[in-house]
Amino acid sequence: MSGPSDFQPSNPALKWIERRLPIFGLIHSSFVAYPTPRNLNYWWTFGAILSMMLALQILTGVILAMHYTPHADLAFKSVELIVRDVNYGWLLRNMHACGASMFFFAVYIHMFRGLYYGSYKEPREVLWILGVIIYLLMMATGFMGYVLPWGQMSFWGATVITNLFSAVPYFGESIVTLLWGGYSVGNPTLNRFFSLHYLLPFVIAGVVVLHVWALHVAGQNNPAGVEAKTEKDTVPFTPYATIKDAFGVSCFLIFFAWFIFYMPNYLGDADNYIPANPGVTPAHIVPEWYYLPFYAILRSIPNKLAGVVAMFSAIIILCFLPWLDSARTRSSKYRPLAKQFFWIFVVVCILLGYLGSQPPEGIYVIAGRILTVCYFAYFLIVLPLLARIETPRPLPNSIADDVLAKSKGRAATAASVMLAMVVAGSLLVGGTQTAKAEEGGNAPPAQAWSFSGPFGKYDRGSLQRGLKVYKEVCSACHGLSYVAFRNLADAGGPGYSEAQAAAFASEYKIKDGPNDQGEMFERPGRPADYFPSPFPNEQAARAANGGAAPPDLSLITKARSYKRGFPQFVIDFFSQYQEQGPDYVDAILQGFEEKVPAGVTIPEGSYYNKYFPGHAIKMPKPLSDGQVTFDDGSPATVKQYAHDVTTFLMWAAEPHMEERKRIGMQVFVFLIIFAFLMYFTKRKVWADAH
Amino acid sequence: MTTASSADHPTRRDFLFVATGAAAAVGAAATVWPLVAQMNPDAATIAAGAPIQVDLAPIVEGQDIKVFWRGKPIYISHRTKKQIQEAQSVALSSLPDPQPDSARVKAGHDQWLVVIGICTHLGCIPIAHEGNYDGFFCPCHGSQYDSSGRIRQGPAPANLAVPPYAFLSDTKIQIG
Ligand code: FES
Repeated sequence: MSGPSDFQPSNPALKWIERRLPIFGLIHSSFVAYPTPRNLNYWWTFGAILSMMLALQILTGVILAMHYTPHADLAFKSVELIVRDVNYGWLLRNMHACGASMFFFAVYIHMFRGLYYGSYKEPREVLWILGVIIYLLMMATGFMGYVLPWGQMSFWGATVITNLFSAVPYFGESIVTLLWGGYSVGNPTLNRFFSLHYLLPFVIAGVVVLHVWALHVAGQNNPAGVEAKTEKDTVPFTPYATIKDAFGVSCFLIFFAWFIFYMPNYLGDADNYIPANPGVTPAHIVPEWYYLPFYAILRSIPNKLAGVVAMFSAIIILCFLPWLDSARTRSSKYRPLAKQFFWIFVVVCILLGYLGSQPPEGIYVIAGRILTVCYFAYFLIVLPLLARIETPRPLPNSIADDVLAKSKGRAATAASVMLAMVVAGSLLVGGTQTAKAEEGGNAPPAQAWSFSGPFGKYDRGSLQRGLKVYKEVCSACHGLSYVAFRNLADAGGPGYSEAQAAAFASEYKIKDGPNDQGEMFERPGRPADYFPSPFPNEQAARAANGGAAPPDLSLITKARSYKRGFPQFVIDFFSQYQEQGPDYVDAILQGFEEKVPAGVTIPEGSYYNKYFPGHAIKMPKPLSDGQVTFDDGSPATVKQYAHDVTTFLMWAAEPHMEERKRIGMQVFVFLIIFAFLMYFTKRKVWADAH
Repeated sequence: MTTASSADHPTRRDFLFVATGAAAAVGAAATVWPLVAQMNPDAATIAAGAPIQVDLAPIVEGQDIKVFWRGKPIYISHRTKKQIQEAQSVALSSLPDPQPDSARVKAGHDQWLVVIGICTHLGCIPIAHEGNYDGFFCPCHGSQYDSSGRIRQGPAPANLAVPPYAFLSDTKIQIG
């Protein structure tokens, strides 16, 4: 749109550079003087939001790579060490993990906006196709990133997704072997995924440059869908669009921070806190929420190859959109029928997402098939047909006219964007809740925890009692291998002094060595040592416990969950309910019953537990009244033991929770003030434009 | 374009811009902090750097051992009479980094020299019992240290550093 800039820096040094490399002119013409339609609404700020998210993901990703170990035996542990020991590691990891979801959330809004306002139409076809390429690259990057923590979902997600390629006729098996670098998903797979996960974001950044370049050649589309003709139709990019984008970004950051600081595991899967185990597949393999609609399409087709083809076609079809929809009117604002079908399409996508998270049985399969047909029909039947039969409403003459026609209701737009974001966010995103079917287990009763909610703190007394219960009872069979004795003196923990932690450590015998004679020896524990595990290896643990190895308890309260269901998971998003894990652990400890109810058979060597999925648990009832005596006079009951040890295990799983919530509150106060400032600044700046 | 000269309240408007800019600057600085702080040693590394204890009993006169503390090699030398004699008798004025031997060992434990075995030039590890001064010789660029670990010759600017340590008993020290 804008020709070569006649911008000249006044500083002689900059002038010298500009003569040789006209970079300041380029920046000036692209991001300062660049004319932008004056009627853009807040849906257009998602371009800036996405740029910020890409930059943030690259930044946090490069930092995480400084601490991460891409090795099948060490990856899971290194992620835990990042979260526990690296300065602000928990924050960086939450930013990166939730950031991926936010990135997809923003890209979906950006894509739906393009769809609604016809931003893919002539002359913006290449711009749109570049966008689809970015989206595909994002999907590949997100998938490989999810593999890196090497938890159960990582491993099995990698297995399932790479196996998609085995559907290719003739070459399928060879392609999959090539992807794995072995006979199954393993260390070589993890290594190459790490390498590619590091590479692809920079490829995305490169395509984004092309995307923005194409945008600046064709000019931005706008809600009216008519091209800018005169000066009156546009405003310079800076300060007008810049400030509006900045306001949009600051609102988005509030939404983002909600996840980082208060709901970091809301979008994740509890199974991914269990280290990868090639011998056991989780009951329900569910991909991250942003792939769910496509996963639903894959599963609704009962033929392997056809399913894979349908899934990829669902994305590739977007590339042909500019030609499938040949209507001349761009904006759906002026297309009464297209507008209705657009919203139906949005609902179809969300429902597909929901189905993707459900087990592929019964009604879900049928609904999945119907919706898959609807998805493709929108592109292949509805849009081509509408282009022929629909009579659009009259378009405004110019953008300036459009602005005059609705100079009111601007604040309402901002409010509606916020509202729509929150509602759509909770809906889209909520589909992720682990689809762990109840399988006959009862839902654990919700407990009152001192650590729930935005101001939650661990109850020190409870942590200390819980430690005692762990030490005297649980530690006979269960390890706690990510917790070090020094952690007992950490801020936000059980509140022991360093001397007390050292004394506690010295009661343990720790294997060390080899010494100068090459022999292993035992020595008293030091604060830097970790809680020793009761069994030397998994085989020994298995052998001593009737075939079921007692799990390590370091992460148990995060690694266990139960299905919350709709609409509960939407409410959880607003109420910050994050305590499925503790509720479950507490319920299991109290759920043992001597009398097996009629109709339930418990195999030999198993015990009846009301809350355990399937009710047959290998662990005998671990706690009974009076087993542990507390010095502080707390009741020596199973109820109290269960509560205290669960509190302790929650701390063990997330030792920095108090810091997270404290910093979260500071960030929230800041971001809200900042968003208000941005809003008023934006209004002042735009006051000149009207 | 926006200029402060437009009709409505220029001062209030300027204040708003300044306040927003300042808030943005504060936010940016607060964001950069954790991004940089993460590069400092993590809690596990710091915990692993706790003091260590070394038993001196097996080290015979004239022998030295190398132990590691915080990833650094520590030389513990059981000096001979001759070495002690040499270290104590050298004229301080002739040293590039003058320091009496008594300031480099613990009183009453003259026979034990404990130094960080990292050349003060550019960080190579000097070899014990080599060079012209009955001490250490750094193969990288030829620095020579005496039997008290003091620099005598070569490009290194300073004596080998003495780590913090204390005698727990006559045959046991704690480093750190
Ligand atoms: S490092 Fe030892 S002489 Fe240069």
